[in-house]
Amino acid sequence: MLKSSVLITLALFSAGSAMAEEGGIDLQSSGADITNTESLQRGARNFMNYCSGCHSLKYVRYNRMAVDLKISEAQLAGNLMFTGDKSFDTVNSAMPKDAEIWFGKQPPDLSLMARARGVDYIYSFLKGFYADKTRPWGVNNLYLPSAAMPHVLAEKQGLQKPIFKNEPDAHGSARMVLVGVAAMSPGALKPEEYDQLVRDIANFLDYAGEPVKEKRQSMGVFVMLFLLVFFVFAYLLKKEYWKDVH
Amino acid sequence: MAAAPESADSSKGGSFLGWIDQRFPLTSLWKSHVAEYYAPKNFNFWYYFGSLALLILVNQLVTGIFLTMNYKPSSAEAFASIEYIMRDVNWGWLIRYLHSTGASAFFIVVYLHMFRALLYGSHRKPRELVWIFGCLIFLLLMAEGFMGYVLPWGNMSYWGAQVIVSLFGSLPYIGGTLVEWIRGDYYIADATLNRFFALHVAALPLALIFLVVAHVMALHEVGSNNPDGIEIKKYKDAQGHPLDGIPFHPYYTVKDLVGVAGFLLLFCGVIFFAPSFGGLFLEAPNFEPANALQTPPHIAPVWYFTPFYAMLRAVPSFAGTQVWGVLVMGASIVVLFFVPWLDRSPVRSIRYRGPIYKVMLAVFVLSFIALGVCGLKPPSGIYPTLAKVCTILYFAFFLLMPWYTKFDSVKPVPERVTGHA
Repeated sequence: MLKSSVLITLALFSAGSAMAEEGGIDLQSSGADITNTESLQRGARNFMNYCSGCHSLKYVRYNRMAVDLKISEAQLAGNLMFTGDKSFDTVNSAMPKDAEIWFGKQPPDLSLMARARGVDYIYSFLKGFYADKTRPWGVNNLYLPSAAMPHVLAEKQGLQKPIFKNEPDAHGSARMVLVGVAAMSPGALKPEEYDQLVRDIANFLDYAGEPVKEKRQSMGVFVMLFLLVFFVFAYLLKKEYWKDVH
Repeated sequence: MAAAPESADSSKGGSFLGWIDQRFPLTSLWKSHVAEYYAPKNFNFWYYFGSLALLILVNQLVTGIFLTMNYKPSSAEAFASIEYIMRDVNWGWLIRYLHSTGASAFFIVVYLHMFRALLYGSHRKPRELVWIFGCLIFLLLMAEGFMGYVLPWGNMSYWGAQVIVSLFGSLPYIGGTLVEWIRGDYYIADATLNRFFALHVAALPLALIFLVVAHVMALHEVGSNNPDGIEIKKYKDAQGHPLDGIPFHPYYTVKDLVGVAGFLLLFCGVIFFAPSFGGLFLEAPNFEPANALQTPPHIAPVWYFTPFYAMLRAVPSFAGTQVWGVLVMGASIVVLFFVPWLDRSPVRSIRYRGPIYKVMLAVFVLSFIALGVCGLKPPSGIYPTLAKVCTILYFAFFLLMPWYTKFDSVKPVPERVTGHA
């Protein structure tokens, strides 16, 4: 029985690892932690200040967020709500319909970005802007080529320059491949401070993607403990009944 | 009052149960299917998956009812209604994860249940109909899983539906009209979502329940097989009960309870700690709403369809049509129905079969898993070749079965079952 269950688990997990991403530039690990409430609070503040002008969180309710992130109603109304919404409203952006003319596309709703692309993607994306004169906003992104978004946090991070490497193609002709970015001009924050700023945003968007995530996991521990006890009693009951089967 | 004709049998006395039994065969049904259904005493690990499949069916039905109460089957509202369930409905997230994880668990359990039949020859005479009902259940389950996957109206739902429905378009003459008829529109649209919802929540579950009842009734008519693959009805005691049989209740009800506990540990582990299961159970692109103008970077069906999807892709187009891949994929399911007649071995259980069957079964399982991996991957690198080889191996297992099972050596089969777990 044990052998069979190990085999099944192996089969499942090997299929799981086979799903891992391939190709492209590796994402940076965000180190975001959904159980870190202070980080989530800072992330909410950062999001409302730097992101919510353009990006909505149309599935996230202000008051639910306040409860989950341990933010008081007064703090919520005073520091996090800028649009005249009621606390039971969802987080909408002030972006008008013609944003598509400004940016080439509507700034996407970010409610589920962490679930669709991953926390590490958000973290890497916010660290991946580099100067590129050919783009309308003067910046491009390492992790989303031809990104339509301007570098909103440039004042904090400063500007980065791209690093290219010569990797000849299959026919041997020279080809410049973008492999990374390096600091070019400093911003208001030190690199570690900037990392923390975007880590908090990524963490908050992880929360926004699934507000129940932390509760789900902490509840899961008790569910598993209960089931373990249930398993033991079920097994003992079976042994008791099966004593007379020879 | 003299009611003599009614009081002859003590079990049908003046009690409430007696009142029922005179009008509905409750006690006799309970006895013949549970309390006095004699099952072989030597069931092992592989015999948990039947009762677990039933448990998951109930889980899907119950959670499905509650999801239906909050879900909106319209292309404009479906995606948002899922998020409404996940965020605003009390315990909606748990109900939804029970249902989405249940779908994957259903296929895991059913695949293991079918593998058990191949291990111990449970499909052999006189259990051919048990097997055929089972294959029909599997077929309906695939339809149910596919249509259920479309309902959240995420981008993978949309493009998955697009790819699968357009398969029918490769059929000659009727293809184009057939696809239009299935979609109810010129592309995957609101009408498609509406009809898939109707089929997913009403038609298919009804048919599934009917088939599950038929599956169990056919099984109870002929009696369960066992790991030794021998009939226990041959040796009976004075009361006419099989010597190697034990009543299903309480013996197997308490044993299956252990299986249920073990299953729930794994099942709840996924629900509470990894409900997306690394993008296998809930795919990342499905957290973006359906978008007819933007294909996901790589379209793959949910993991439980990928072995069949890999076979579809493995077959090259020929004579200007892709229909061959579709036919091969269809044949990979149809061939299952014939297994009871393809198997010519004089013994049922793998315990008494020769090395050829063991090797063939192992190769079959490995190629099925490899096909599953191929179906998840983009068709580049070694995967197209691997998929072709495994498709051939998949069919070789079935189509060569009449010969290799006949010529394979066998060991002597015992008269009575060997031990119990």
